[in-house]
Amino acid sequence: MNKHIQTIIKGNLSAAAPQGGCGACQASCQSACKTSCTVGNQVCVK
Amino acid sequence: MIWETYAFAKNIHLYRHGGLNLVYDVNSGSLHLLDAKSYRWLEDMIKSGAENRAAAGGDLTAAERGEITREFDQLAREGTLFSPEAELPPPYPETETPLLKAVCLHLAHDCDLACRYCFAGTGAFGGERGLMPLATGKRALDFALARGGARATLEADFFGGEPLLNTAVMRALVAYGRDAAAALGKRINFTLTTNALRLDDDLLEWLDLEKIGLVLSIDGRPAVHDRMRPLRGGGGSYAAVLPAVLNVARRRAAASPYALGAYYYARGTYTRYNTDFDRDVLHLADLGVGRLSVEPVVGGGGLALREEDLPALYASYDRLGEAYLAYAADGRPFSFFHFNAGLDAGPCLPKRLKGCGAGLEYAAVAPNGDIYPCHQFVGRSEWRMGSVYDEPAPPPPEIARQFAGAHINAKKACQSCWCRFVCGGGCHAANVDMAGDLREVYDLGCRLQRKRFEVAAYIRAREALAGSAA
Repeated sequence: MNKHIQTIIKGNLSAAAPQGGCGACQASCQSACKTSCTVGNQVCVK
Repeated sequence: MIWETYAFAKNIHLYRHGGLNLVYDVNSGSLHLLDAKSYRWLEDMIKSGAENRAAAGGDLTAAERGEITREFDQLAREGTLFSPEAELPPPYPETETPLLKAVCLHLAHDCDLACRYCFAGTGAFGGERGLMPLATGKRALDFALARGGARATLEADFFGGEPLLNTAVMRALVAYGRDAAAALGKRINFTLTTNALRLDDDLLEWLDLEKIGLVLSIDGRPAVHDRMRPLRGGGGSYAAVLPAVLNVARRRAAASPYALGAYYYARGTYTRYNTDFDRDVLHLADLGVGRLSVEPVVGGGGLALREEDLPALYASYDRLGEAYLAYAADGRPFSFFHFNAGLDAGPCLPKRLKGCGAGLEYAAVAPNGDIYPCHQFVGRSEWRMGSVYDEPAPPPPEIARQFAGAHINAKKACQSCWCRFVCGGGCHAANVDMAGDLREVYDLGCRLQRKRFEVAAYIRAREALAGSAA
């Protein structure tokens, strides 16, 4: 347990970078917004 | 120590919100909560500049510096703080034809509302009013399935104008699309974006049966909605659409907040006339509408958001974040699309680099079969990408290369922005309309995006703290 810093989310975004991603995720804008692109709020479907 | 040379501004975001000290690590997607001393030291290092960093945190004791240094080092070794920038290849190599994953079918270039902020010119998209014939819809689905190559799933959205002016064609296309996809060993996930004016029980039964996702347009409080979304014949549409929205909310109360399966979202637009849009979100939440997405208008002439509106908009997001937590604590949770920050199970970095995929993985088809990069570009002849009636099927034209080159590594503003992997470079259409070029960004939209993410990450931190205290 750290004294000064608490990790809330332990991310690993770069892990898929070498493979280039599978592409199975939704189109970003199609699902609910249609105007304000927010790629990061989708889920990975794998 | 890595921070002696680290590019802080583009790779971490340090901020205070709601009494918490937070740091977001851009390249790993990690989020940390800092105590006052570690926050102050990091803030001091960022402000100091590379040559003076060794002197940062001078008010800390030697023991404190040692403790914090060890914790920073540990997180750096784990790759969750001060993480390195990944080597990312171009998202769309020139040697590959991108596979289409989503198509937007403009079933109707007409509408029964006359919304004041409509980017489609109340449905006509700058052209003639008309409906998509069934034959054109079938060609569009065939085109999209073929261009999807080995991709197992196609997303197809029924859009307009108002697509329910063409309901018979929509029903027929779902049946056709299911068969056409199955023959190729694929499936289609259909969605419908509608103003809900014609969403009756019979249609809802069918939409549930077919597991069709729904995006329902409603802006919030009656006066706000009616001011912006009048009927074509005059008068507000709130009273006419609300029953259907509530009906869907009841039927789909357990729908995924991540727009998966037979989901729904009530989707509103805010303008400079309701910079207190948090009240619109909560109005709908209080009515039991649990999946909400209220978003900034893009363009909109006199309704357009301006620099001077930002403080009120920021305050609205701040209040909404606190209300989001309070409603959840009170057993009345709702989801707000832009607070779904995908922090735990979000998309991978290559997807974030690609952005929305318009013009490459996503296309829109007008009622006459013309193909465009996305629904926002429909009707603009300079962005036409061919037709579903072209024989043979058109390859991606030069326009597609323009979109392929408009990724965040190619946008100067994005290269130094800590929020680049959240928005993926923003909306191409907004960038073209408001900044004049695919490789420029709509700055006001960026600033709202950054604010939304700050609140979203704060909410995640508060949820984690509440969970650990329970």
